[in-house]
Amino acid sequence: MFDLIFSPFVEFGFLRRALVGCLALSVAAPPLGVFLMLRRMSLTAEVLAHGILPGIAAGFLVAGLSVTAMSLGGLLAGLVGAVGAGAVSRATGGREDAALAALYLVALALGVTLISTRAGSMELSHLLFGSVLGVDDPALFLMAGVASITLLALAFAWRPLVLECFDPGFAAAARAHGGAWHMVFLGLVVLNVMSAFQALGTLMAVGLMMLPAVAARHWGHSVGGMTYAAVLIALLSSVSGLLASYHLDLPTGPAIVLVAGALWVVSVLLGPADGLLARLWRRPHLAG
Amino acid sequence: MILRDVTLLHGRRPAVHHLSGDFAAGSLTAVIGPNGAGKSTLLRAIAGLHPAQEGRLSVARERIALLPQAAATDRQFPISCLEVVQLGHWGRAGAFRALGPAERRAAHDALAAVGLEGFERRPVGSLSVGQFQRVLFARLLVQDAPVILLDEPFNAVDARTAADLLALVRRWHGEGRTVIAVLHDLDLVRAQFPRTLILAREPIAWGPTAEVLTAENRLKARMMSEAWDADAEACGLAA
Repeated sequence: MFDLIFSPFVEFGFLRRALVGCLALSVAAPPLGVFLMLRRMSLTAEVLAHGILPGIAAGFLVAGLSVTAMSLGGLLAGLVGAVGAGAVSRATGGREDAALAALYLVALALGVTLISTRAGSMELSHLLFGSVLGVDDPALFLMAGVASITLLALAFAWRPLVLECFDPGFAAAARAHGGAWHMVFLGLVVLNVMSAFQALGTLMAVGLMMLPAVAARHWGHSVGGMTYAAVLIALLSSVSGLLASYHLDLPTGPAIVLVAGALWVVSVLLGPADGLLARLWRRPHLAG
Repeated sequence: MILRDVTLLHGRRPAVHHLSGDFAAGSLTAVIGPNGAGKSTLLRAIAGLHPAQEGRLSVARERIALLPQAAATDRQFPISCLEVVQLGHWGRAGAFRALGPAERRAAHDALAAVGLEGFERRPVGSLSVGQFQRVLFARLLVQDAPVILLDEPFNAVDARTAADLLALVRRWHGEGRTVIAVLHDLDLVRAQFPRTLILAREPIAWGPTAEVLTAENRLKARMMSEAWDADAEACGLAA
């Protein structure tokens, strides 16, 4: 048991680093995912994750595989993407899915093209799929910093975010500056997608953000409850994913996302809130 | 609250056209009129959510509570009744301040006042339409605003809920608050609302209900064309 769970982390420094990075990610990203899900903006997260790729590519072209350059590029591209997605959403009156799908396909194609002008398939796959095991010190600092900022900001913005999600009309009438809080929120999403990109790559950056959140919907009846459940599911996915990848020799990022996916399936089947089992297993009804 | 020659637009089309008049402090007014007559837009403008193209609205905006038409809120959102009611404290507590015991007490009392004692922890997704409307009224109670705007508050609720909520409206009137309600039920307006505004994009009549609700005025309101006039020219009635 000890050999299975602890010794890989004790023995290998790169695994410890990967573990710390993924745990930081697991604490910060899933709460954002819960709000994205509740606002029916799951697709927007995906668009932002792909939208940072051209910026990362630009950073890569200028400075090679440098965390600073690629992060700056990705941050800029992500903010442009967030504003763009918001503008598309307003222009289409909320029926933005087709335009968003177009946006993210273009961003992905542009990013891959830019990278391919200079790099081989090694670097390309590193940028697309990430390399959890190659997380270096700058990347680790970035992930930990982003996680801290996210948790602090969420603690401050919690009430306005819940209000803006639940009843934007009331928020406007009460002059709660819902739009400003929403921009803060999108900024946090961009930061976290950036941080996740270091480990999971652009293609799966939202994996630890959305999958635990979607799974958590089946475990809680309040925003707070869902958030705790989502963080727990993400932590579990990170640890099990890393271990599975080590023992079974699987690519690490996909292993983590696959475990999260498996936990989502379990939640859909067994979760107490709208789970399949809860629907099929008819307990005697209550008297009042 | 004074309106001077107010014109509100959707795009370039007038939703409310050259409306003047005043809602006296403490008055209880019903706003009636056909579909698309600009009633909801007028309430939104008073609440500061719709800019006036022309004219002036002299309104103290800080203390206005607006109950919009039911469609706007996300009824599947995982939030409890008590939490919704406590949102009514937003004007005083804002984004950050914690709620004190008096404010928690007020939220519990408001739920009891709308007949939903014991619903504190129920998620709003499990409520019926009428129960949800009661929760929103409880939030209005907590907001404790001197001016209350109600947009079709009794739509799609059962008779008993409507009667209970109407009693609250009467209570607010008795407490000296200004209440403006968009309504469709003319018998209700006649029985309970001292003043009435008939709006059909243009104001048709505004005053004491008995004088305003004549067959002639109602016919005039019905004559309003709901369709847009494709050849409409710029309005010559400059402010």
